[in-house]
Amino acid sequence: MTERTGPENDAATPRPGMDDAATPRPGMDEAATPRPGTDDAATPRPGTDDAVTGPPRTETGQGEAEAGQAGAGDAAGRERPLIELRDVKVHFPIKSGLLFDRTVGYVYAVDGVSLSINAGETYGLVGESGCGKSTLGRGLLRLIEPTDGEIVFDGTDVRALKGESMRTARRRMQMIFQDPLSSLDPRQSVESLLVEGLKAHGLADDREATNRRLRETLEAVGLSASALSKYPHEFSGGQRQRIGIARALVLDPDLIVADEPVSALDVSIQAQVLNLLEDLQNERGLTYLIIAHDLAVVRHIADTVGVMYLGGLVEEASSDDLYREPMHPYTRALMSAVPVPDPLVEDRRERILLAGDLPSPTNPPPGCRFHTRCPWAQPTRCVDERPALRDVVGGHRVACHFAEDIAAGRVRPHEVEPELVRPDDGGAPGDTGELIPTL
Amino acid sequence: MSLLDVRDLSVVFQRRGERPFTAVDQVSFTVEPGQTVGLVGESGCGKSVTSLAIMGLLPKRGNRVTGEVLFEGTDLLGLRPDDLRDRRGRDIGMIFQDPLSSLNPVIPIGVQVAEVLERHRGMARRKALREARELLDAVGIPDPDRRLTEFPHQISGGMRQRALIAIALACKPRLLIADEPTTALDVTIQAQILTLLKQLVDETGTALIMITHDLGVVAGLCDTVNVLYGGRVVERAARHELFARPRHPYTHGLLSSVPRLDSPRGERLHAIRGSVADNIPWVEGCAFAPRCDNVVDACLDGPPPLEPTASGGDLRCNNPVSEEVAVP
Repeated sequence: MTERTGPENDAATPRPGMDDAATPRPGMDEAATPRPGTDDAATPRPGTDDAVTGPPRTETGQGEAEAGQAGAGDAAGRERPLIELRDVKVHFPIKSGLLFDRTVGYVYAVDGVSLSINAGETYGLVGESGCGKSTLGRGLLRLIEPTDGEIVFDGTDVRALKGESMRTARRRMQMIFQDPLSSLDPRQSVESLLVEGLKAHGLADDREATNRRLRETLEAVGLSASALSKYPHEFSGGQRQRIGIARALVLDPDLIVADEPVSALDVSIQAQVLNLLEDLQNERGLTYLIIAHDLAVVRHIADTVGVMYLGGLVEEASSDDLYREPMHPYTRALMSAVPVPDPLVEDRRERILLAGDLPSPTNPPPGCRFHTRCPWAQPTRCVDERPALRDVVGGHRVACHFAEDIAAGRVRPHEVEPELVRPDDGGAPGDTGELIPTL
Repeated sequence: MSLLDVRDLSVVFQRRGERPFTAVDQVSFTVEPGQTVGLVGESGCGKSVTSLAIMGLLPKRGNRVTGEVLFEGTDLLGLRPDDLRDRRGRDIGMIFQDPLSSLNPVIPIGVQVAEVLERHRGMARRKALREARELLDAVGIPDPDRRLTEFPHQISGGMRQRALIAIALACKPRLLIADEPTTALDVTIQAQILTLLKQLVDETGTALIMITHDLGVVAGLCDTVNVLYGGRVVERAARHELFARPRHPYTHGLLSSVPRLDSPRGERLHAIRGSVADNIPWVEGCAFAPRCDNVVDACLDGPPPLEPTASGGDLRCNNPVSEEVAVP
């Protein structure tokens, strides 16, 4: 696994400030950690580098405290996966019938995904609409119940948890949604939005401590304390997304699943929010699963990137490896399609244009899901056998029978006739919305 | 004579009991035949309102449009509604952002394409449908015969956008206005549509106004780029010039705040501070001043004028980014 910034990414990062009396967390003792200099203006800090925002690092004591808190206590804390998915499936039944619901088929939204995310790491999940990336993110938090598979979070099987124990576990796994306007209740003040989670987890008993905690969280996301009494409509899009982040952050989670955190924002605001997410990770040692359709964004923020196509992971590698040498034909096409704001690059580059649209996830193609649009598809094997995600070179996992041959130029691309795709078969390939509408 | 000459176009929205809001403020630009011109900016910069004003598609009430929109010498703003309708669709085609809401859901695709031909070229339905089939084929819709009878919900987003392009191009307009034509689409589909647009523009010699927030789209497509901020053009330059040497701090900030696929990783993004809400009205000074790193006293004295630059573009800035500063 590639570590982006070395030691500050692993468990040795201290978490400033967040720990007050109300937090029932064993083994945390960094109340004395000085807060980094954040100003409380609603405007974010302009382009400061990590050295300024990161708190002073103490390599020894804090690290042990963190490792102890995670309950693992292993020496190889750096490589310890915080969350592991094994063959996770999310299938949605398609119902039909007037009186009695009959299941007439399934939408195979997520169809067997295995991945693991190390503590302190950022995993980026990319893919186009309808590939199942959002469903996977929700399935991971059990906001949508997975059909099959195992989700292991910090040693516990999340799918086996019930009722109260699941609620408790959720404190450590929070989510940031795409559209801050629709994910924040317009009739709730920011204070009430933030306190709600604390109350649900019984962390809001001490009024003063709670108040301090809210202010600190707002400050951490670059909003002033005066925001507490305001309502979501009083903020701009970027600020609303900051509130969404604060809501996730106030519970002091270990894992944050961010579903398209910046796609609703203008580019200049996007950069602010991306920088904020990075700062928070450096300060608090957060683990991120970032779900996005924008490859440039994911490349920028993620350590490891997984590419999804039609419910399955087709390629996974460290961010640098993936962008240096994409090995799956779909990843290649996807990357060649992303416009680069530089005419010199745009005039020179070669585009791999995919024929047609994403097939319907109700009736996925046999064999390799991508063979209907793949310019490198080879007779029979690609149609007959579904390729498994396998390690091709040094941790670079690819689900393609011919990955090595394509990389070496032994298999040449050919023309592909676009196939008809009918959205009314179920699902909505190439549609503007996600397969499952975002709440 | 330019194909389209927009002079001092302003659009002021006025609602009773509210302060008037100037969405487009003295915007001027020209489009030559066969040229592709980009209008770039973030939400609220007035790029879409500009296109709607050119097409005369703004609502009749609640706004005041001033200035001139000369299409081959005729001021479109002064035309009678009937005359304007004749030109729309025939001389100027338009492609909107969301193909699902700009197609009629209860009319088959074929009829929607044929309609334009019947209205502007006086074709009979049967002949128009035959022509519509050719058009659908030309924009790369597979199995066009079947598509003629299908409804918008039956085809995918990319195909809908192609159908919309077919409608816009049905009468071989001399000017095509595309308002965020690929924003609702996935990147692989976006690449298909952009390639198609480029190819059609090359083949038919249609001029194109490309309205987008995506600098990447502009980089590969436009000859000239107008950067809008707060309703005014703040910088205009030829494509290569703009991306290699952005002079306006806003353009520079935009270019350095986008994460790029081909840039080295791990660097912090240079965000533009604040948001559009911090803008000051143009009459008081440069609207971008509160967010600008290069701000000087003169910026708050009054609006800086749009002045020609040495490289043939125009710039509205008191203290532009030095030409030596490259985009990080």
